[in-house]
Amino acid sequence: MENIDFSLVDWSRAQFALTAMYHWLFVPLTLGLSFIVAFMETLYVQSGNPEWKRITKFWMSLFGINFAIGVATGIILEFEFGTNWSNYSWFVGDIFGAPLAIEGIMAFFLESTFIAVMFFGWNKVSKKFHLLSTWLVAIGSNLSALWILVANGWMQYPSGMKFNPDTARNEMINFWEVLFSPIAINKFLHTISSGYVLASVFVLGISAWYLLKNREHQLAKKSILVASAFGLITTAFVVLTGDGSARNMAKYQPMKFAAMENLYVGQQNAPLVAIGILKEDGKEASHKKQDFRFEIEIPNMLSYMAFLDPNAYVPGIQDIVLGNPEHHIMSFQERSAKGKIAINSLADYKNARKAGNDSLSMVSLENFEANYAHFGYGYYSGRDMQELIPSVPTTFYSFRIMVGLGVHFGALFLVVLLLTLKNKIEKKRFILYTALWSIPLAYIASELGWVVAEVGRQPWVIQDILPTIAAVSQLKPSSVQITFWMFFIIFTGLLIAEIRIMTTRIKHGPDDNQESPITNH
Amino acid sequence: MFEALSYITLQHYWWIIVSLLGAILVLLMFVQGGQTLIYTLGKTDDERTILINLLGRKWEFTFTTLVTFGGAFFASFPLFYSTSFGGAYWVWMLILLAFILQAVSYEYRSKANNFLGKRIYETFLFLNGIIAPLLIGTAVATFFTGSKFSVNLLNITLLTGNKMPVISEWTGPAHGLEAALNLHNLMLGLTLVFLTRVLALLYFMNRLNHGEMMERVKKQLLVNSIPFVILFLTFTIWTLLSDGFAVNPKTGEVFMESYKYLHNLLQMPVVAILFVLGVALVLIGIIRPLTCFEKCSTKGIWGAGIGTILTVFALFLLAGFNHTAYYPSTYDLQSSLTIENSSSSYYTLTAMSYVSLLVPFVIAYIWIAWRAIDSKKIDMEELNSESHIY
Repeated sequence: MENIDFSLVDWSRAQFALTAMYHWLFVPLTLGLSFIVAFMETLYVQSGNPEWKRITKFWMSLFGINFAIGVATGIILEFEFGTNWSNYSWFVGDIFGAPLAIEGIMAFFLESTFIAVMFFGWNKVSKKFHLLSTWLVAIGSNLSALWILVANGWMQYPSGMKFNPDTARNEMINFWEVLFSPIAINKFLHTISSGYVLASVFVLGISAWYLLKNREHQLAKKSILVASAFGLITTAFVVLTGDGSARNMAKYQPMKFAAMENLYVGQQNAPLVAIGILKEDGKEASHKKQDFRFEIEIPNMLSYMAFLDPNAYVPGIQDIVLGNPEHHIMSFQERSAKGKIAINSLADYKNARKAGNDSLSMVSLENFEANYAHFGYGYYSGRDMQELIPSVPTTFYSFRIMVGLGVHFGALFLVVLLLTLKNKIEKKRFILYTALWSIPLAYIASELGWVVAEVGRQPWVIQDILPTIAAVSQLKPSSVQITFWMFFIIFTGLLIAEIRIMTTRIKHGPDDNQESPITNH
Repeated sequence: MFEALSYITLQHYWWIIVSLLGAILVLLMFVQGGQTLIYTLGKTDDERTILINLLGRKWEFTFTTLVTFGGAFFASFPLFYSTSFGGAYWVWMLILLAFILQAVSYEYRSKANNFLGKRIYETFLFLNGIIAPLLIGTAVATFFTGSKFSVNLLNITLLTGNKMPVISEWTGPAHGLEAALNLHNLMLGLTLVFLTRVLALLYFMNRLNHGEMMERVKKQLLVNSIPFVILFLTFTIWTLLSDGFAVNPKTGEVFMESYKYLHNLLQMPVVAILFVLGVALVLIGIIRPLTCFEKCSTKGIWGAGIGTILTVFALFLLAGFNHTAYYPSTYDLQSSLTIENSSSSYYTLTAMSYVSLLVPFVIAYIWIAWRAIDSKKIDMEELNSESHIY
């Protein structure tokens, strides 16, 4: 471990987190709003009512403002795999690169080609062709989410691959296993549906603002109807897939699960802490704390959530660190020892091959393969093993706030939908204000979902196999620090620009003619 | 069907795809070239708006092609991704930075209350227009001139000592900036700057409906073509006369060979034909509009465009085919990357090859969509009838 430059690793992580979180400020709205405008345009084409066209074009203009900056932050993420995680790019590039390339070929071109028709084709192509283009933009952007989330799901639960010691990397042996890995599919569905919820809250909130200002009644009420119906259905979907996520996590990433639940000591009939305030940072504690200042528990719920069995045993952080033979859990120390055998055997194998020593290379290969499942643990030993525990408070609170807000959105959609159907929504100012103020909450919930997923799996880039310390590029920490601040300033500046443009556009309303920059004729 | 191909054939197939994407990317960078000409050609705000809208309807294709080029390179030659991006860090970071600025500038430039003001977004477009072709050009030139790095797969097993367990290491602190300052590399970078400007002018000729600006376009075409041709010839002759990085096909050993790229050209007649044909088409595409403006001005982009694709494609093949190390290391020759030692596995290349069958389909729908929205030339009237303007 003395050879690891932790400052480099931390800055590289910070830069990636910064880019990812900024990117995610824009993506969910793109995912959801693209479908919402497609619904609206469909209603226009079916009914021929020009009001629907006006509504479609208004939301489409907001879509365009948001889309540009999503694209800008997205390209950085793609290249950062190479610039900042060069080992990673080789170690798993054989598997990870494919979804990225497919994303480009299959999804991005669809999106960028038809977005041009969507914006510039109103007077040039037929109604039906335009509608088709709008749908293709929605499909294209969601397809791009599929591929990148397949890649992310694979990192959380590597499958369909085998390590090739001659090339010192993992190689794909089954494309379908990578694509249809249960984690990948669940993650995809959970993520896109959360984007639909965010977009619904966005449309709902802005429409509520119009009603509060006593403007644009037609547009607002029609939009609210679409958004609350879409939001309600997709919230149900988020809950369903979120439940699947939790079960996957308990099965494949027990440490993340334990951290998220602040569960230090494993137990049967584990209760779920619905609301709780932690007493201290778990990492400082000696793996034995499980204290709350305050908590509300649901008995047996955690066991049920994780394994669909109220009596099931849920391992705690302590069990995973120290091992628990009764439940067949290996300690960090054992896994670290096995990981070191794997790493050293790989070196022995390669050296023996070079020297032409066949018997030694065979033995080394056997040793390597027997211990490969613990490869990543080999980079840690002794006190460093603290690094293998993710931040408990971060994941614990993030998860609860996310779920709490999800429940809030579901209730909001239901209430708003009922009030709209009864034509009473305009008078319920409190509900309208709640809808408006839910917009920032939707962004918070969405970001926190990624915090749970990514902070919760630290230090792994590839679960159990490649930790961040062995994935990073060899750079000066100061270089990464400079680019971190560079991106920080630019992204923040662009975000301010985006919000200002967006709010101005909303204030001007759908009949804004200021968009035309032509000054003299 | 791809299962029937050998590993080396698949590696060659993917080098062809990556080269083709690179070639299309260079052509589509006419958007960048155009961004550097906005103030040269557009004397009033309206004129600049017309130009920006002309480019704005195409910028996403350049961007998407860059992203796909990166993704395809990653998927097919991951060791390049790992070595070059992590190594030549500053060059790639500056390129990325330039592209972030571009992505928002079109959409935000003319919007009310846009925080930075119209001028700044136009400056962003200018910066992107210069930096992207210049640095991408110098980065591609290192395919012929080499960089200083070492690759050791065994480094991943380093648990002690003072070396990080990193397989690709860049030597020297400039992390890629040294390549951008090398004169030979700079020749290609500057070639690209002027080429993209020339292509943009030809594109404007094809799409623009504005008499006064057209006169300026015509004048600029001559002004930019001369440095382009001189720079291109300098780079090409310099490269063909230089020592190149050859690979011994039996041992995989990399060694220096005099006139390697000239030999490649002569030993691969198909590539030579593509190259000569490409250069000829580019020249015809430039000269014809200059000599017979009335009839030929709209056609120049076709000749020069197809010519650019063929020429760049041939250059990539010269760098990677015929037992050549396409990403050579001058620090440690044996660390040089070849299409054999840096590619993905047989399985992945096969799977990806099936995906590549989608490409003709993609090109077909891009064609249909473009024809649908590009039916009219652009002028003030056209823009005023639009609901979405940059």
